[in-house]
Amino acid sequence: MDNSRHVASGDEQDQQAVAGAPSPALNDAPAKLRLRDDAPFESPIAPLADFLAGGNFAAVRIEPGEDVRNLVSHLDRLKLIEIAFPKFRDGRGYSSARILREAGFTGEIRAVGDVLVDQIGFMRRVGFDSFAPDAPLDPAVVHATFGRYDHVYMKAADGKAPVWQLRHG
Amino acid sequence: MPRILTGNRLETGDVLWWNGADWSTRIKDAVAIGDEGAALLVTLIAAERINDPVLIDVTGEPGAYVPTTTRERVRASGPSVRADLARGSLSVEAI
Amino acid sequence: MYKYDQYDQAIVDARVREFKDQVGRRLRNEITEDQFKPLRLMNGLYLQLHAYMLRVAIPYGTLSGTQMRMLAHIARKYDRDYGHFTTRQNIQYNWIKLEQFSDLLDDLSKVEMHAFQTSGNCIRNISSDQFAGAAADEVADPRPYAELLRQWSTLHPEFSFLPRKFKIAVIASDTDRAAIQLHDIGLQLYRNAAGDLGFRVFVGGGMGRTPIIGKIIREWIPVSQFLSYSEAILRVYNRYGRRDNIYKARIKILVTELGIDAFRDQVEAEWALLEPLGLDAPQAEYDRIIAQFAEPDYDLSAPDTLDLSDPDFKLWVDQNVHVHKQPGYAIATISLKPKAGIPGDASSAQMDVIADLAEKYAHDEIRVTHSQNLVLAHVRKADLYAVWQALDAVDLATPNLDLVTDIIVCPGMDYCTLANARSIPIAQKIAAKFENDVAEQRDLGELKIKISGCINGCGHHHAGHIGILGVDKKGEEAYQLLLGGSGAEDASLAKILGPGFDENGIIAAVDKLIAFYKTARAAPEERFLDTYRRLGAAPFKEAVYG
Repeated sequence: MDNSRHVASGDEQDQQAVAGAPSPALNDAPAKLRLRDDAPFESPIAPLADFLAGGNFAAVRIEPGEDVRNLVSHLDRLKLIEIAFPKFRDGRGYSSARILREAGFTGEIRAVGDVLVDQIGFMRRVGFDSFAPDAPLDPAVVHATFGRYDHVYMKAADGKAPVWQLRHG
Repeated sequence: MPRILTGNRLETGDVLWWNGADWSTRIKDAVAIGDEGAALLVTLIAAERINDPVLIDVTGEPGAYVPTTTRERVRASGPSVRADLARGSLSVEAI
Repeated sequence: MYKYDQYDQAIVDARVREFKDQVGRRLRNEITEDQFKPLRLMNGLYLQLHAYMLRVAIPYGTLSGTQMRMLAHIARKYDRDYGHFTTRQNIQYNWIKLEQFSDLLDDLSKVEMHAFQTSGNCIRNISSDQFAGAAADEVADPRPYAELLRQWSTLHPEFSFLPRKFKIAVIASDTDRAAIQLHDIGLQLYRNAAGDLGFRVFVGGGMGRTPIIGKIIREWIPVSQFLSYSEAILRVYNRYGRRDNIYKARIKILVTELGIDAFRDQVEAEWALLEPLGLDAPQAEYDRIIAQFAEPDYDLSAPDTLDLSDPDFKLWVDQNVHVHKQPGYAIATISLKPKAGIPGDASSAQMDVIADLAEKYAHDEIRVTHSQNLVLAHVRKADLYAVWQALDAVDLATPNLDLVTDIIVCPGMDYCTLANARSIPIAQKIAAKFENDVAEQRDLGELKIKISGCINGCGHHHAGHIGILGVDKKGEEAYQLLLGGSGAEDASLAKILGPGFDENGIIAAVDKLIAFYKTARAAPEERFLDTYRRLGAAPFKEAVYG
C-alpha cells in the first residue's frame, strides 16, 4: 500500500519520482553565474539529437536521461555543454558533468534548471563552471557556499587534492 | 464527522492543533473546521511555518475530540509504550 | 579506533557551519520546506509523529566511552533522557527541536561525531561486524576499510542525489554478522591463494518492498582498488537507477532488471575508465588507518579461566559472552532487551554506566550490533564478573542474546510517520510470555524474531526466523506473519505464511508456531529456522491456521 493517506510530506522521507519532469526551456542567454575567464559563448544550443544528427552546433543540451558519452568523440567541436536539472533531486547531471571532464572537455559546462544554491558546491566539484538556475541565487550565499570547504575527502573533477594526498604527499 | 486541523511547528517539531485563532499543543483545544478548511490549508502551506498541515477526522464532542485513526491518537498522546511521556490531553489508554 | 586528524575535524566543522546556515535560512523563510527537506535529511533529521527525530551516525558501530557519554548528554540536554540504537548501528533521538539543532551538532562535533548522511538519497553509514577486531574467525579487522569507505563517501559530490539511499556493509569472516547479502554493496574481505587481501563484492541486496539477496558482481578486487570499484558501481547506479518510481529506485531493482551479468559488464566498463584516474587512496593512507585499529594492549598474563559458581552470572556468560581471539579475553554483549523494556532503548544513566565500563574494562570501546544491542569487545575474563554486576545493577544484564526475547523491532507507529502499525507493543507482548522463564528461552534456543511497522522494513522482518510486518487493513493495525528469513551467511528471505492478523491474533500465532516447533524439532538443538527449512512451510501453516 502507498502512503498517500498520510500527510503530504511522506517524509520517507522526501521521496518523489523525478523522471519525466519537464525540462527547463532552452534559453541561449548567458548563465547567471559563470566561473570562467573566457568570453561567454553565445550561440544556439542544440538538443542532443539535433547535434548528433550532424547539425553545425558548438553548444549542446544534455537531458538527465541522455548519455553524455555520445559527445565524447565530438568534444573538440563544442564550446558549451548544458546539462539540465528539471528537478534538483535528479542527480544524473552530476555524473554527466564529471564524465565530460574525465574525457578531457575543457569548455563550459553549465547547470540549467532547478539548480539550488546548496548544490553548487557539489556541482563545481564535478566540473560545472556556470549556472543558469530557474530562481535567482543569493550572491552572499553563493560566496559562502564556494568558500565553505577547505578540504575534501575524495578526488572529483575540480583538481582539488583529497586529504589523503595532503596527509602523505 | 468533524474534522480538526493539525500540523507540526517548524522550529520545534511540536504537534499542534488549531483552536480557531492560534495553534495549541493540546488536542482538547481543537475546533471543528468547516468549509474554511481548504483556504486555511492553502495559506498555511504557503506560509511555510507549520509542517504538514492537514485536516483529520475525529469523533466526540468539542473539547474532547478523539481522532479516528490510531496514528493520530498516538500523535495526540505520545508513544503508547511510554505512558510517562504522554501529553495530558489524550491518555495512552485512548490510543 | 579511528581518531580524527585536523582534516577530518575541519570537514565536520565546515559541514556543521553549512547546516547551521541552512537552518537559519529556513527559519527565516529564505528557502522553502521542499528545498530544505533534503538538506535536513542529509544531516539525519526527520520529522516524525511527535517531533523531529535525529539519527546520529556511529561509523561501523564503534564508539568510545567519551562518545557514549556525549550521547547520554545529548539525551539529557536535548531529548527525553533516552536514545534508541538501530539495526544499522546508529542511535536515534525522538524529541529533537530544530531550533536547538545547531547546538546539538556543535556538541557532537566536539567528540568527533555527527549526523551526516544518515538519511537522504546518499551513501549512508557504513556498517560492519560488531565483533570486528576481536573475533577469532576474521582474516583482518574490516573496520579500516569501513573507515576508508566512510571518508570516500562523505560529501561525495557526484553521489549526493542518488535515486535512493545506499547502504554498504563490510565483514572479514565467513560468518556474516552484518548481513552483507542484504545490502546495496556487501564486501567480504579475504585472502587469496597468494595471501593477498581483497574483497568479494556483492551487489543489489536489500529488504523493504522487494526483498532480494545480493549477487556476486566480482569474486576478487584487491583492497588497493576497492574504492574506485565502488565508485564505478555508484556511477552506474546514479546514471541508470530508476527515478520514475520511488518503490523501484534501489540498486537491487536495477541489478534485477538488467541481470547481474549485464550490470557487471557496465560496472567493469566504467571501472576501466575510472581506475587509471588515481581515485584510490595510496597504501600510506591504508597503513595510517589500519594502525589506528591495532590490537588493544592486551594483558598477556590475563587468566583464561572463569569462576562460574554464581548461577546467574553463569547464565549470562553462557548466553551473552563469546570467545575472543586473545586468550584471557572475552566478547560481552549487553542486551538492550530487558523485561518489560523497549527493545534497543537505553537511558542516559545506562549510557553513562556503559561508558564507564568501557573505559575501565573494555579498552574504551563499545560496539552497536545490528540486533539493537551493544558489545564490549575486549573484556578480560577476570573482569567479566565485575562487568556483569555493574550491568545487572542497571538492568543491562538480561541473558537473552539471540533468544526469543531478543527481539529486533523498529520504532513503529508509536514514533514513525511511515508506520502502518505499532510494533513495540507486539514485541513486548511476545517477550512477556517468556521473559520470566530463562530456562524455557534457552530450551527454545536461537530464535530471531524481527518486527517492522511498515514495508520499509527497518526491523529487518525479511531476515527474521519469524518476521512480523505491520500493515494497514482498512484503517486498522494488522500484521502479516513471515517465516524462514536469515541475514547471516546462509541468507534467506522470510515468506508470508498465510492471511494476516490483528494484534491478538499475531501474538496467538507466534505462540502456536513456537508450540509446534517444540513438537516437531528433530532434537532440542535444532533451531527453529532449521526445523522450518527441514519441514517446509506447510506444517507450520497448518499449526497456525488449523
